[in-house]
Amino acid sequence: MWFDFRSDALLAVLDFSVFLSPSPEAGTNYLTYLLGGALWTVILSVLNWVIAFVIGSVIGVFRTLPSPTLSKVGACYVEIFRNIPLLVQLFIWFNVVPEWLPGFGPWFKHLPSFWQQFTSATLCLGLFTGARIAEQVRSGLRSLGRDQYGAGLALGLNIRQVYNLVLLPVAYRIIIPTLTSEFLNLIKNSAVASTIGFVELARRSESMAELKSTVFEALLAGTLLYGVINLIVLFFSRALERSTKLPGLLGAQK
Amino acid sequence: MYAFDWSSILTSLPFLWQGMVITLEITVVAIVVGILLGTVIAVVRLSKNSVLSAIAAAYVTLFRSIPLVMVLLWFQLALVPPVVRWLFPKTNLDLNLIIAFAAFAFFEASYYAEIIRAGIQSISKGQVMAAQALGMTDGAVMRLVILPQAFRRMIPLLLTQAIILLQDSSLVYVIGLADFFGVAKNRAGSTGSQVEFILFAGAVYLVLCLTMSTIVRQLQKRITI
Repeated sequence: MWFDFRSDALLAVLDFSVFLSPSPEAGTNYLTYLLGGALWTVILSVLNWVIAFVIGSVIGVFRTLPSPTLSKVGACYVEIFRNIPLLVQLFIWFNVVPEWLPGFGPWFKHLPSFWQQFTSATLCLGLFTGARIAEQVRSGLRSLGRDQYGAGLALGLNIRQVYNLVLLPVAYRIIIPTLTSEFLNLIKNSAVASTIGFVELARRSESMAELKSTVFEALLAGTLLYGVINLIVLFFSRALERSTKLPGLLGAQK
Repeated sequence: MYAFDWSSILTSLPFLWQGMVITLEITVVAIVVGILLGTVIAVVRLSKNSVLSAIAAAYVTLFRSIPLVMVLLWFQLALVPPVVRWLFPKTNLDLNLIIAFAAFAFFEASYYAEIIRAGIQSISKGQVMAAQALGMTDGAVMRLVILPQAFRRMIPLLLTQAIILLQDSSLVYVIGLADFFGVAKNRAGSTGSQVEFILFAGAVYLVLCLTMSTIVRQLQKRITI
């Protein structure tokens, strides 16, 4: 398809009026079309973050528990989800799982295609990011050492209480910076959903580039919107970092 | 229950191997060019020239803040075709392959630059001062003292990045290049064994990446100073 474009594409003057022309989606122009894509990117990322955070916490805790079975389960989960490319995982959720998971398959196939794409992307990104968060949670818990764990048990707390009341609140606060970069990764990874046709930001800037043959305008706008989303996330995470600073650690002295 | 039928995978093995060669080519080119370019960017970023250093920082931030899918679209739709047509007007090169090489090399350079910068910064100042006291120029200090040690420390990280890169290379699906996964997906369409081909592709990546990360872990144990 590359040869369709004007040979002087590099010299073409940007034409921003194209953003006001009507898009394929009824009642929108290309500006709101792209903004809508950005909104789906954000919705997908936030929803997946919630799923990934829950799974990551459970698996991360599993890997630090004294039980060898649970820590093996955790290790297997992480190895599998980290060593298969995200794209392949996405197609496994989109094409493979609905074929042989009883109950899920028929339900999935009756969904409109938009919701099929959304469901697959959500399962895929949520579980994939969960494995990465599990590693962060594990290293956060490891960094606390065995002392607090022992002290908690000595006070008569059971293991669940030690984790919920002592270890996790501190571990989460330590790993906020790495969790932030993981969230930024998740936003970037969500662009993979464009390969199964989900209408998020990357997909929409690609469609706009091809439909209107305004390659530079479309890609520039898509790239800028990703930049803006990144900046907003960074702004909020800095605020979160400040308000949850742990007294007594190096980061708190600034 | 779904009845698996793996027979069409056997007959497709030669095609899958051709795809794997493309995957490995992209990975190797991106590693080699990425590390070379990444080293230059890292050194420039740490240089005393504040303008050049800001440009290097901007390069890294830019590439690290946009999705690889967007990078591939930029290279496919806007950047590579005009340049290739200008350099080689009558070429019959596989344009998609060049797009993949270029996109991955420039994209990975920004990730390698950050790893290499951290490696350079892990070398103690005393060594630089000692080398300067021996009369070495800045370039010689970098080439003969800092980089050899920095690279030795970075090897595990560079290899881990290579594993990520191998996995990310499957995204050339976006530009329609038939790498290992692309071939698997094509054969899945033409033979009707979608499920088997996707699972097979996943299993091959899993084995490949697990083997590589085991090797990295062994290496890490051996070269820890």
